[in-house]
Amino acid sequence: MSVVVTGIGCVSAIGCDVEEHLQAFRAGRNGLGKISPFQSQLQVPVAEVKLSNEQLKSALSLSDHSIYSRTALLGMIASQQAFQDAKLSTNSLRIGVISSSSVGGMDLSELHYSEYVENPTKVRVRPFAHHDIGDHTEQICNYLQLSGFRTSISTACSSAANAIMLAARMIKQGRLDAVIAGGTDALCRFTLNGFNSLMILDSEPCRPFDESRAGLNLGEGAGYIVLQSEKTVADKSQIYCRLIGFANANDAFHQTASSPEGEGAFLAMKNALDRAGISPSEVDYINAHGTGTSNNDLSESTAIKRLFGENIPKFSSTKSFTGHTLGAAGGLEAIFSILSIKEKLIFPNLNFKTPIEQTKLIPVTEILENQAVKTVLSNSFGFGGNNASLIFQQYRHE
Amino acid sequence: MNKYPVYIQAAASIHPENPLENNAFSAKEPDYKEWIKDAGLRRRMSRIVKMGVTAGLQCLHLQNTKVDAIITATGLGCLSDTEKFLKSISEQNEELLSPTPFIQSTFNTIGGQIALLTGNKSYNMTYVHRAFSFETALLDAMLMLQAGDAENVLVGAVDELTPTVFGILERMGTFRKFFAGEGSSFFLLSRNKTDNTIAEIIDIDIFSGSFSEQEILAKQTDFLKNSKAENADVFSDKIYKQNCGEFHTASAFGLYYACKQSDKNEKILVTNSFLNNHTSILIDKF
Amino acid sequence: MDQLKQELKEALIKSLNLEDVTAADIVDEEPLFGDGLGLDSIDALEIILILERSYGIRLAKPEEAKEIFFSINTLADYISKNRKK
Repeated sequence: MSVVVTGIGCVSAIGCDVEEHLQAFRAGRNGLGKISPFQSQLQVPVAEVKLSNEQLKSALSLSDHSIYSRTALLGMIASQQAFQDAKLSTNSLRIGVISSSSVGGMDLSELHYSEYVENPTKVRVRPFAHHDIGDHTEQICNYLQLSGFRTSISTACSSAANAIMLAARMIKQGRLDAVIAGGTDALCRFTLNGFNSLMILDSEPCRPFDESRAGLNLGEGAGYIVLQSEKTVADKSQIYCRLIGFANANDAFHQTASSPEGEGAFLAMKNALDRAGISPSEVDYINAHGTGTSNNDLSESTAIKRLFGENIPKFSSTKSFTGHTLGAAGGLEAIFSILSIKEKLIFPNLNFKTPIEQTKLIPVTEILENQAVKTVLSNSFGFGGNNASLIFQQYRHE
Repeated sequence: MNKYPVYIQAAASIHPENPLENNAFSAKEPDYKEWIKDAGLRRRMSRIVKMGVTAGLQCLHLQNTKVDAIITATGLGCLSDTEKFLKSISEQNEELLSPTPFIQSTFNTIGGQIALLTGNKSYNMTYVHRAFSFETALLDAMLMLQAGDAENVLVGAVDELTPTVFGILERMGTFRKFFAGEGSSFFLLSRNKTDNTIAEIIDIDIFSGSFSEQEILAKQTDFLKNSKAENADVFSDKIYKQNCGEFHTASAFGLYYACKQSDKNEKILVTNSFLNNHTSILIDKF
Repeated sequence: MDQLKQELKEALIKSLNLEDVTAADIVDEEPLFGDGLGLDSIDALEIILILERSYGIRLAKPEEAKEIFFSINTLADYISKNRKK
């Protein structure tokens, strides 16, 4: 059973819908700036969504007095765009929601935690009702008035790619007709300090795949796609592309570090190609995980070289635009992969000057238009050795 | 559509066995050193990680099988590390923070550590969705086995009770029906039946919404009718939560309990309701 | 110097939670990482914190520390020359 993409929706530091993202990419404009949604003394650039919680609520026509985590609000914005874009018939289709986040409602919890510890019997506990990862998915279902299947995945930075993978499998195996799948994460003190304690935040704009790379920039956002079984799509002009391959593999090397030979990344990409039934040479573009950390980019480059040999496809990391949006990254980057096919373009990798000495790979550094992009591989790797790859392919409209 | 059936080959659980203390059940824990032999990995593990990893390893040990997927579930994840890191942020004013609790607070820590300890490079997934966490992990495992994408899958759930989560959930009224609990239960699923096979998983049902007890019962009856299992013995959460207490992944213990308690060949429906999440797992116990 | 080495060993055991290891088990000249004591990249970050908290020494990147962190001897030597507390 063929699985196709019929809707996309995204919000990140470079835009609040698909059109704004394309404009930012074409203008070469990254979304980095100073931290503002919460108090922090850390001096690092971050890629914030340029809307406050109040503005997000207002855009969603939600009551100003209700409590929502920023993670849920971003998720609602992007999932609604995807849902509307796909024009799904809620009467006749079995529609599921499979969403992901790395920290869920932590942006709310961290505001109230100290207060609670000091006075556990008196302070309000209501904000903590949104702490769990499942909360944002339930909020999306409520907002879109969907009552069917829902679940949430949390595998750190590969989460959303895994959500998309489960969606495809449920459709293929006949459990659902359509799924809104993706991920969302809001910036918060917890993750910012977490990555700072790992000493992998760059104080400058990140430089994925560059020899001088010194870490990542954190971002926030949400990206959702609507996957649908092809036979349930009445109007085939709705179809963006197919999802033809996917795989998840574990590096089984270290809790946080990637193996030097990039074993997990290699297996994820290779198994995704095998599942799609295509050879490496058919891949036109790789939207790399490319965080900008010393460890990831070397490991991913090594894995790409192992798999593609001398014929490395064009590749880039769009995290140089959006920052690393963690649980949302796989969703946003799936959308960029889909747009690459639809708009016939390849996104640039900003801030690249010098190739990594050991691997010497050179990413695309200027936006390329009018490209015959048929097949795109999207990588998302996370802590716990969790590696996921997705492959999208052009849909031939008859 | 389903090429293969799904069998439970082994089950292991770390769960409350001692009497209630301060209105909460706590799991009876084994000597973790016996199970997690790698001191280099064990030293960083918090209680929930040790509990989950050990139940997983126990399950694998029972059958000594290489699995093609490791799928875990948790409602709230590694709370004590999450709290430890939150505390350090405010107490040390964002300076000189130890990264270890942050790293270990990630939801997929348990699945990742099982992969590390067993050198398993296959599919690794973690579900975190309230009382659907375990059932969707189980569904993922079933999809893999039924489609022929895997021969053996390790699937399990874990949640820990910390003083903070007890305090917060108590005040939210979560423990009105049952006492607070915790625990970890893991299952080795296979598409192959052997002499050791405990049960076959026939199907699972997952639905959301605010329903009366009668409406939920009616839905369960429909599910049984559709599965031609009208005579199934029902193990509802009212039965097994007397033993394990209330927590997001209690139904994993429910399934373990059904596997262990029933000593005859019969169909069993393990049910759970928690907030708006309702689930039923139908098994044929051998 | 011996007192500093003893102090360092105890700090490592405590902050890295080295179960079943005593200060006497850590040999001054043996490697701390890899084959020796078996420490890894996360431990390197924890040792950077020990240096800053207890001795006022600031290392911005773990990569800078490879040679300094080789053994108790190299670590003690570096601290005694650079300590601010």
